[in-house]
Amino acid sequence: MGLEIINTLILLLLVVAALVALRVKDLITASVVFGVYSFLMCLLWAEMGAVDVAFTEATVGAGISTVVLVATIFNLKRKSSD
Amino acid sequence: MKNTSLIPVVLVGFLLFYASTDFPEWGDPQSPASSSPVSSHFIAKTGVDTEVPNMVTAVLADYRGFDTMLETVVVFIAGMAVLAILRNFSRKKPVKRGHEVSVEPDLIVTNTVRLVVPVIQIFSFYVLAHGHVSPGGGFQGGVLMGASFILIALSWDLERALTRFPINRCMVVAALGILLYAGIGVLSMALGGEFLDYAELEKVLPVSREMARYHAMLGVEIGVGFTVTAIMFALYANLSSRGRLEGGL
Repeated sequence: MGLEIINTLILLLLVVAALVALRVKDLITASVVFGVYSFLMCLLWAEMGAVDVAFTEATVGAGISTVVLVATIFNLKRKSSD
Repeated sequence: MKNTSLIPVVLVGFLLFYASTDFPEWGDPQSPASSSPVSSHFIAKTGVDTEVPNMVTAVLADYRGFDTMLETVVVFIAGMAVLAILRNFSRKKPVKRGHEVSVEPDLIVTNTVRLVVPVIQIFSFYVLAHGHVSPGGGFQGGVLMGASFILIALSWDLERALTRFPINRCMVVAALGILLYAGIGVLSMALGGEFLDYAELEKVLPVSREMARYHAMLGVEIGVGFTVTAIMFALYANLSSRGRLEGGL
């Protein structure tokens, strides 16, 4: 029962994070929210018992790819046009 | 335009939801993935064949060794592509960007990083070497190691990180990783097996066939770790400085 609640909470937060990442104007904010999304995916996988995948998601998805995105956006115009 | 694009999105979303009702229950032993002869073979034989407790690592580095090797090559090619596009060899003085201000690195940040970086690096070695027993392996260990160099570049500037890991050495290390992986494959071929058939390494290692596979897996994981570390850092270094390899973020 406890796991069900945690699962539902994570899945709801995932949807919220995805929508925020799409709607937000500032690209840095969007990429940080993507990091949050990746970390929530990592929690979900860890909770399902796929710890290896969760570990990869935490290091690559939430860690490096956020840093690389932010580093790239610093060299661009930061606002999205639409 | 925005509203017309909404129609296919909603349609595909509806189809995905409709298809998801066909999924088996999570952890269902009757599901196709769990009941296929391949998974039962791995579950029954991994411990016997390779003495590796972590089945995921055994499948990744041994049973599907070819796949992982070419995955590493893909990482290498991606790094090469970014370098080929971005790397700027001209010696011209760069134009200052808008947000660029020259400030001393923050004392608190740099001292925290001084403390944290050795811990990250030791942890990355642990993840790499302990990948057989616990979650982890070459990719995760390599990314952690690369992240420690990126942390140095973030808190001081790129030059400081590049004195520790010069970009030319990056490329050598990245190529060395793949060479190590393929070298173990070729070595097992030379000893009479097939490419990446680690069990044949028992002829050069003083261990049983099972333990030869165990140790060869560590060898290929180290190769993967080398490539991933170098490429992650080279990617960051080139992307954050438009290929000029200088300055902070």
